[in-house]
Parts: sequence; C-alpha cells; structure tokens
Amino acid sequence: MLELENVNVYYGAIHALKNLSLKIEEGEIVTLIGANGAGKSTTLKAISGLVRPESGKIKLYGKEIQSLNPPEIVKLGISHVPEGRRIFAKMSVMENLEMGAYTRTDKSEVKKDFEMVFSLFPRLLERKEQLAGTLSGGEQQMLAIGRGLMARPKFLLLDEPSMGLAPIIVKEIFSIIKDINETGTTILLVEQNANLALKTADRAYIIRNGEIEMEGHAKELLNDDRVKKAYLEG
Amino acid sequence: MEQIIQQLINGISLGSIYALIALGYTMVYGIINLINFAHGDIYMVGAYVGYALTTFFGLGFLPSLLLAMLTCSILGIIIEKVAYKPIRNSTRISALITAISVSLFLQYTMMYFVSPQTRTFPNVLKGSRITFLNGNVMLDTKNIYILAITVLLMVGLQYIVHKTKIGKSMRAASLDREAAQLMGVDVDKTISFTFAIGSALAGAAGVLVGVYYNTINPLMGTVPGLKAFVAAVLGGIGIIPGAMFGGFFLGMVETMVSAYGGSIIKDAVAFGILILVLLVKPNGLLGKTIKEKV
Ligand SMILES: Nc1ncnc2c1ncn2[C@@H]1O[C@H](COP(=O)(O)OP(=O)(O)OP(=O)(O)O)[C@@H](O)[C@H]1O
Ligand SMILES: [Mg+2]
Repeated sequence: MLELENVNVYYGAIHALKNLSLKIEEGEIVTLIGANGAGKSTTLKAISGLVRPESGKIKLYGKEIQSLNPPEIVKLGISHVPEGRRIFAKMSVMENLEMGAYTRTDKSEVKKDFEMVFSLFPRLLERKEQLAGTLSGGEQQMLAIGRGLMARPKFLLLDEPSMGLAPIIVKEIFSIIKDINETGTTILLVEQNANLALKTADRAYIIRNGEIEMEGHAKELLNDDRVKKAYLEG
Repeated sequence: MEQIIQQLINGISLGSIYALIALGYTMVYGIINLINFAHGDIYMVGAYVGYALTTFFGLGFLPSLLLAMLTCSILGIIIEKVAYKPIRNSTRISALITAISVSLFLQYTMMYFVSPQTRTFPNVLKGSRITFLNGNVMLDTKNIYILAITVLLMVGLQYIVHKTKIGKSMRAASLDREAAQLMGVDVDKTISFTFAIGSALAGAAGVLVGVYYNTINPLMGTVPGLKAFVAAVLGGIGIIPGAMFGGFFLGMVETMVSAYGGSIIKDAVAFGILILVLLVKPNGLLGKTIKEKV
C-alpha cells in the first residue's frame, strides 16, 4: 500500500501540492486527473523522490519514504515513467531497457523480464538495436513503460502515457496497461485524457491547484455531472 | 612529399595530446554542462607527477604514467567535490568563474611549491630514430609510443563507456540526468567517476608531453588546455568520438600550418577554424541535431 498524507510541495514561492493525501491499495489502477499545472507530475515526483516535500508523509506499506532519494525508492519497488517519456535518445532500445534494470542484481530474473517486456511490446524486439531517439512517438512510450517495468516494480507510476499519441496507439497502450495491472503490478496513472483514464482505472482522484478536489470509484466519477462538465466535455 | 609525411607524423603526436585532453573537457561538459577550465592544469599536474616519479623516485615510464593518471583522477574527484558540486545548480557564469579560479589556484599553488622555472623531463623513454625515404623523413619511436598509448587509452575509454554499467550510467546521466536518477543511477557517484576518467586521461597527456617535448612548467596547461577545448568544440562538445577527431584534426592542422605558413599564425588558424565551425556547424563537425519527437 502506498499512501500520501498531507503532503506539501513548494517550488520556491509556488505552493504546488497543498496538504495532498491519497492512497493506493495493492492491485489497483488508480488515476489522478486534472488540468495543466494542477500538480499531477509533482505528485509523482514527490513519490519517486525527485522533489522533496516540505511537510507530510509518504508511506510504502506503512514505512515512511519521503526523505529517500530516487535510487532508494526504485529499489523499494516504485518505478516512475516520467511525462514526455524521457527515454535515452542516443542509447539503443536494449540499453534503455538495461538502464531500467540498473539497480537489480538478479541477472537471470532480469533476462526473463526482457522477454516479458518484449512479449508485451513486440515492436521493441524488432527494434532492439535501434537508437531510441529514432523510434516513433508511440514506440518511445512503449519503451518508456518497458524500461519502467524492467525495475520489476510493485508500483508503477505512469505520467500521461497518452500524451501526443494517435488514438489508436493510445488504445493499444491502455490495453497493455491493463495487462500489466493484471499480472499484479499496482498502477498510479496520471492523465489529462480523463475519459479514457476513468474507463481504465478502479478509483480516481481529481486534483486542482495542488489540492484533491474529488475522489471516488472511477465508474462513479465518469457519471458525475460536475466531472462531466469540467473534465469530460469539450 | 617527404615534408608532408614528416609533418603528418608530428601532427599525429600533437593531435594525440590534444585528443586526450579534449576527452576530459567533453565528458565533463556532457554530464554537467560545465567547461572545466581547470582541465588543462590537471594535465600540468600530471606532467609534474610524472616528472617527480621519474626524477626523484627513479620509476620507469609506464609506472610513472599509471601513477600520474591515478593522482590526476583523485585530483579531479576532489576538485569536483570541493569546487563544482556546491554550485551545481547555480548560473553558468558562476560555474565559469569557479572553473577559472580553480585553474589559477592550481597554477599558482604549483608555482609556489615547484617554482616557476622550466624543468627538463628525464629521458625515460629511450627512443631510437628511424629515417626513411632517403633519410628525409624521421620517425622517432616516441611518436609510435605516444600514438599507441593514446589509441590504447581511447579503446579502453570506449570499452568503459559502452560496455560497463558505470559507463552506461555516465551516458544515461549526460543524456537526461533526471531520467537516469529514476532508473536508480547515483548521479553524484557518476559525476565523480566522469571527473576521475577525464582527469586520468589529462594526466596521461601530461606525462606524454613531458616525454615528447622534454620541458614542463606550471603554466604549460593553459595553451594546450585552450586548444583541446577548441578540439572538443570542433568535434562537437559532449561527443566522445568528436573529441578524438577534433584533437587529431587540430594537431594536424597546426603542424601543417607551422610548416607551410609559419608558426606565428598557427594559433590564429586554430581559433579561426573554431569560429568558422561555430558559424557553420554550431554543434561541431560530428554533432547532429536530432529532432525531438513530441
Ligand atoms: N521545476 C519547477 N519549478 C517551478 N515551478 C514548477 C516546477 N515544476 C512544476 N512547477 C509548477 O508547479 C505546478 C504544478 O506543476 P505540475 O508539473 O505538477 O503540473 P501537472 O499537473 O503535471 O501539469 P501538466 O498536465 O501540464 O503536466 C505548476 O504551477 C507548475 O508551473
Ligand atoms: Mg505533468
């Protein structure tokens, strides 16, 4: 279980997360939706240790992790697939995946995970020696997710995996996200595509100006009038 | 014809030195976007360590070379920790001022301890001279040693950077530091390692220069440091093969210009080429602008 309790994050004078609390149970897909600048990415960065909360607690199975640095967090089983993919453009697909397994020492298990990633994303297998920067946008997103999986995480944090992709690719990627979840990986999915995110997730939080505005079962939020008005129309 | 071959031989030796120094510039720039202007002085320290080991401790060429490399890598790590790490998130201008200060600090500390006088490097690498083409071309075996050592170090560097885990983490961190952290890379350690490797190569260049040109002094790092910087930019700063190419290219051009145009203008030509390249291909001769896919 991953929990945020009254987390506050500042960037200089900007108060990006305000007493933010949320909870992710094992096995769930939880989505965090909100407008540009609402604080979605900041929430993920706080969890993965890229930004340090001013106050509040982040707990993994009850243990506080808010003061750990990113490598320590990865080792605890939380993998963050950042917004904009951030693959290593001048390294090959294979090297990118190797980087995903950077903290691992169980070589034979890592080998199995290469195969697991390639079976999820057969296109990556065909392009294994290619420089990652030459992949298409959709393939780069697949690589970013595959790279995140190579850490063999218990919790996978995905930041806007649909960003800038054609609807058909988005559909493919979201169905794979479901598959990943079904094999036992808990997922926190940040999205601007609220419709798709709510259809994919079990539960959802809506964030606005750094605060949680609403929370509930994804299906219920999908039919909520306020949510429809603010996030699903237009 | 003989003249050209002779200059080619000299150019390769000079180019080796530039290339070894340029690698450190480019690696450090690649990972922390800092032009380490103290890099030429690390090369100078390498030359002095080599001098001390051969002169006072009677060590041979190879052990002196290796120990000088080791000393310089430690020096590089210390410089990074003490001077650059605290200002890692400051503006570029403060980084530049810091780098220049470190450079001056090394030069004048060295001068304090060893005096500004020029020293003669002992002749530890007994070279024999081979003449060919009717005695018009002379090849010193030192030329061969320098090139062989340079190539060996470069192959070693390529191996580290491409095949080892720490090398991959170096590349990843220079491509995207934050993403590398998310993979679990300890960026501080990776930066230290980059300084260590770059400084070791500069140290090797220092010893090679001592052996080849025989004289060393505390300010010897300034001009070659600048030239190597030019070489790194020529090849495309941040690109390892670019630094190798830029170093050899510059060494070659410089010897050719000295031979045919007069040595007075050789520096002007070197910097002229820099300006030209920056105008025409700002990313360097081996640099590509790959388009980001959004
Ligand atoms: N490095 C930073 N320095 C200063 N302010 C920042 C920084 N990163 C984010 N912010 C600010 O913090 C707030 C939250 O940003 P965040 O990136 O978390 O939003 P987001 O919900 O992910 O938005 P988007 O949908 O556009 O990705 C914004 O007001 C943003 O301008
Ligand atoms: Mg964001």
